[in-house]
Amino acid sequence: MASGEPLTASGYIVHHLTNLTVGHGFWTLHLDSLIISGLLGLFAFLGMAKLASKATSGVPGKMQAFVEMLISFIDQQVKDTYHGKSPLVTPLAITIFVWVLLMNTMDLIPVDFVPMLLGAAGVHYFKVVPTTDPNLTFGMSLTVFTIMIVMGFKVKGFGGFMHEVFTVPFGAKMAPVNLLFRLIEDIAKPISLSLRLFGNMYAGEMVFILIALLGLWQLPLALPWALFHILIITLQAFVFMMLTIVYLSMASESHG
Amino acid sequence: MNINATLIGEAIWFGVFIWITMKYVWPPLAKAMADRQKLIADGLAAGERGKHELELAGKRSADALRDAKAKAAEILAAAEKRGVQMVEEAKVAAKVEADKVVAAAKAEIAQQVEQARAELRGRVAELAVAGAEQILKREVDAKAHAEMLVALKQEL
Repeated sequence: MASGEPLTASGYIVHHLTNLTVGHGFWTLHLDSLIISGLLGLFAFLGMAKLASKATSGVPGKMQAFVEMLISFIDQQVKDTYHGKSPLVTPLAITIFVWVLLMNTMDLIPVDFVPMLLGAAGVHYFKVVPTTDPNLTFGMSLTVFTIMIVMGFKVKGFGGFMHEVFTVPFGAKMAPVNLLFRLIEDIAKPISLSLRLFGNMYAGEMVFILIALLGLWQLPLALPWALFHILIITLQAFVFMMLTIVYLSMASESHG
Repeated sequence: MNINATLIGEAIWFGVFIWITMKYVWPPLAKAMADRQKLIADGLAAGERGKHELELAGKRSADALRDAKAKAAEILAAAEKRGVQMVEEAKVAAKVEADKVVAAAKAEIAQQVEQARAELRGRVAELAVAGAEQILKREVDAKAHAEMLVALKQEL
């Protein structure tokens, strides 16, 4: 807890939900989100890249077997849903699942642990779960959105894409309505994608913070919530990945 | 909830991680898995082939065994037949030999009988002469009566 602040419940909550920032206005950077997400990503993906560079087609080691199990599971999901040819989709799905899963898992670190450690080091605000930062979830979902649009243009061509925008679902006579529908649909995709993840993780973190306010009662409560939260952590990572695959398969398949 | 430049930073992180995964994680692992799949498929196929070959070899060995048995039986039968034949031949040969021996013996006997008869004839003639000598009480000129004696011999 930062010195000089009143030790109230709302103060405690606000403190836990405040990012470590630099800069002003739009050019504010949430250092905690950027550092944690970056470190987790570098750890996971450089680690997997190192492992992949030594991957053998013979008998795999335990670590390789684990990673292969994970990515072949993801690849199976992609194969079941996405029938295009883009070599980007499976790596994208792997990136999303692994990264989001790791960032969500940060939620299982006791809520006071990292702020206390860093508070002792003079850093007063630190949100340790990057997925509770809408900047991250929107950053991901907008990237997915961009890939989706580009893939739509690539697969269908400009004419095909525009034809789909103006004629689906009601035919050419209702072109303005179709366009409106399409706009709403496409805008809803990244928003729902990012807000779902953000909302789930933010709410989960909030519950952890509220439990932490209960004094001794947090002991019997934090564990069941953490156990239950493992489900949400995995589920949200899976849902983000799955919806991305679905959106990309929609972008690369004709609607009718 | 405030949207700011962090979004751009996170998008950059996201892009970097996608790039790493796409370039360094997914292709080698996918290749390793595909290769292993092929390896396992090949191994299974080889096992299947081996099993099939074993089956064929078993069939071949059974055939060979059956052939060998048939051939052995054939040889045995031939040998038996040959043995019977040889015994038969030996019997015939023995019979011939025996007949020959018997014939020879018979001939010898006949010859001896003849000889004994001739001898007897001579002795009878002598006896007759001696008897006649006795009866006549005189010297019979053997030379003078030789012709008659020979004729007598012939008669006996």
